[in-house]
Amino acid sequence: MRHYLDFEKPIAELQRKLDAFKAHPEAASLGISWEEEMKVLENKIFEAERQLYSNLTSWQRVQLARHPKRPYSLDYLRTTFQEFEELHGDRLYSDDHAMVGGFARLGTERVMVIGTQKGRDTKENIFRNFGSAHPEGYRKALRLMKLAERFRLPVITLIDTAGAYPGVGAEERHIAEAIAVNLREMMTFEVPIIACVIGEGGSGGALGIGVADRVLILENAYYSVISPEGCAAILWKDRAAAPKAAEALKITATNLKAAGLVDEIIPEPLGGAHLDLDAISLTLRESLLRNVFQLKSLTGPERLASRYAKFRAFGHFTEPKSTA
Amino acid sequence: MATRGIRRKQIDVEQVPPAVTPPTRDGASNSFPSRPKLTSKTKKRDIPEGLWIKCPRCSGLIYDKELDDNLKVCPNCTHHFKLGARERIHSMVETCSFEEIDPLMESVDILKFTGSSSYESKLLSYRKKMPMLKDAVVTGVGLIGTHRVALGVMDFSFLGGSMGSVVGEKLTRLIETATDRGLPLVIVSSSGGARMYEGMFSLMQMAKTCGALAYHARRNLPYISVLTDPTTAGVMASFASVGDLILAEPCAMIGFAGRRVVEATTQSELPPDFQTAEFLKQRGLIDAIVPRLEMKQRLISYLHYLMANRVAS
Repeated sequence: MRHYLDFEKPIAELQRKLDAFKAHPEAASLGISWEEEMKVLENKIFEAERQLYSNLTSWQRVQLARHPKRPYSLDYLRTTFQEFEELHGDRLYSDDHAMVGGFARLGTERVMVIGTQKGRDTKENIFRNFGSAHPEGYRKALRLMKLAERFRLPVITLIDTAGAYPGVGAEERHIAEAIAVNLREMMTFEVPIIACVIGEGGSGGALGIGVADRVLILENAYYSVISPEGCAAILWKDRAAAPKAAEALKITATNLKAAGLVDEIIPEPLGGAHLDLDAISLTLRESLLRNVFQLKSLTGPERLASRYAKFRAFGHFTEPKSTA
Repeated sequence: MATRGIRRKQIDVEQVPPAVTPPTRDGASNSFPSRPKLTSKTKKRDIPEGLWIKCPRCSGLIYDKELDDNLKVCPNCTHHFKLGARERIHSMVETCSFEEIDPLMESVDILKFTGSSSYESKLLSYRKKMPMLKDAVVTGVGLIGTHRVALGVMDFSFLGGSMGSVVGEKLTRLIETATDRGLPLVIVSSSGGARMYEGMFSLMQMAKTCGALAYHARRNLPYISVLTDPTTAGVMASFASVGDLILAEPCAMIGFAGRRVVEATTQSELPPDFQTAEFLKQRGLIDAIVPRLEMKQRLISYLHYLMANRVAS
């Protein structure tokens, strides 16, 4: 059963009608066929979907990015990648299940993959801490990236988190430092690094594995400095203003590409990645491989210089000519 | 938030000895129907505003010039009030030795952000209110003792010290200047985090500043990060947390997530000292707590050690 979001209700309604025709109990026995009607309905659905999904608001995309059926990192590790060998722990405190990582094969390439991981149901979400990593997660990610650097494996990170975990333990073990160190160290690894936002790109928790030579984003993913709800609570004093905040923050793939903050948008199947995992997995593999090949044609120092220049250039300000 | 509890307590204390003997609390007497009247007399409301400042911790009244002379530290209880960037720089560097970098750089409203009020109008009102500041950080090179140091000081009074493109760019240029000229770096942070109004551009300043610090560290140059009240979120999760030395002012609020967010997420009571400088020190996250009045001398002392036998690379 497809899971419909609120704004997808018109399509759900049409689909229900179509299903009713298809499943009519007397159709076969009476020899009646509703070919015509069904064809009209199918066209209607197609047209409605095309209309709806090509005009999504920022908030609707946020909802798609958080869709309960949306593919997560481990889904892509089964489809886009092969032979995933998970590696555990930060060698300091524990193994963070909200951050997964390990060796994997991407087509012809052997790579290191690191990704934040959400849970599909309540039980799994508790195990995965709803995809919000503790300091251990970021330190595990750093450990694996250092390993990749020593043995010359390209690093691919998959980002899908509402943010780093805001809890007492996280503060006590210094989540801010864990993220900050990653930001600094990721600027020093000579191996190619590609980051891909596959769902939610939640602020520092996303950036903590997001400093890369190439930053890709799935069509319906978002990447933001603060959650739309958080922004709404502060600026509008009302969490319900989240749709307005989502618009104002310019967080969709298209907005980010236009601002030069991401390098490439990976198109999703109509209606979202969750409707066709095979298709999105292939598109993702093709894009990742192409970027790995391009980056491999550069030397290590060249990659470092261009990665630094890329992040160095972000920002807008005015500077009146000094009279001095 | 922690100070609010203290303040309320202190006000209660103040209410206890009224000018007149209060009636016995047996409910029989109605001669003093409302207690607040008494307190309003004891509060000195007729004093011109701005001359006297009430300390939120000890409730003592401090003559504001005395407070300024004492670097905004309460002379009675050593409560550290917030200190402006320029006053702080003045307190740290040798007279006339500070050369400011990029003094004219200003923020622009790149997203055309409109919320309850627009970013553009916010910026205008802050610039008007604070003609000495163009944004939330002042950067430059100056002498601290005998050490020439690249110094960046944030100012919380400008939009909560939030980091947007200007803060990120000025700090990055400062760090690059330090790297190029072989200077030690001191950054004094005071910030609520990344500036929402600039969206993802603000988030990227975290990567930008940390990247620049990576190259500064590679040259074996020391970086001392000083955390003042408050340092949180995007600033704490970037340059403020990666100092070779990390110092904090007493009682400063320091953390990643806001206290209310943590409370809401964990649904639990938080320890009263949660996210204070003392909390961080106790858990081994910072090197030392340094009172403001000792900061300059301590920095000079640390720099002596860090620069004495340094091998340039």
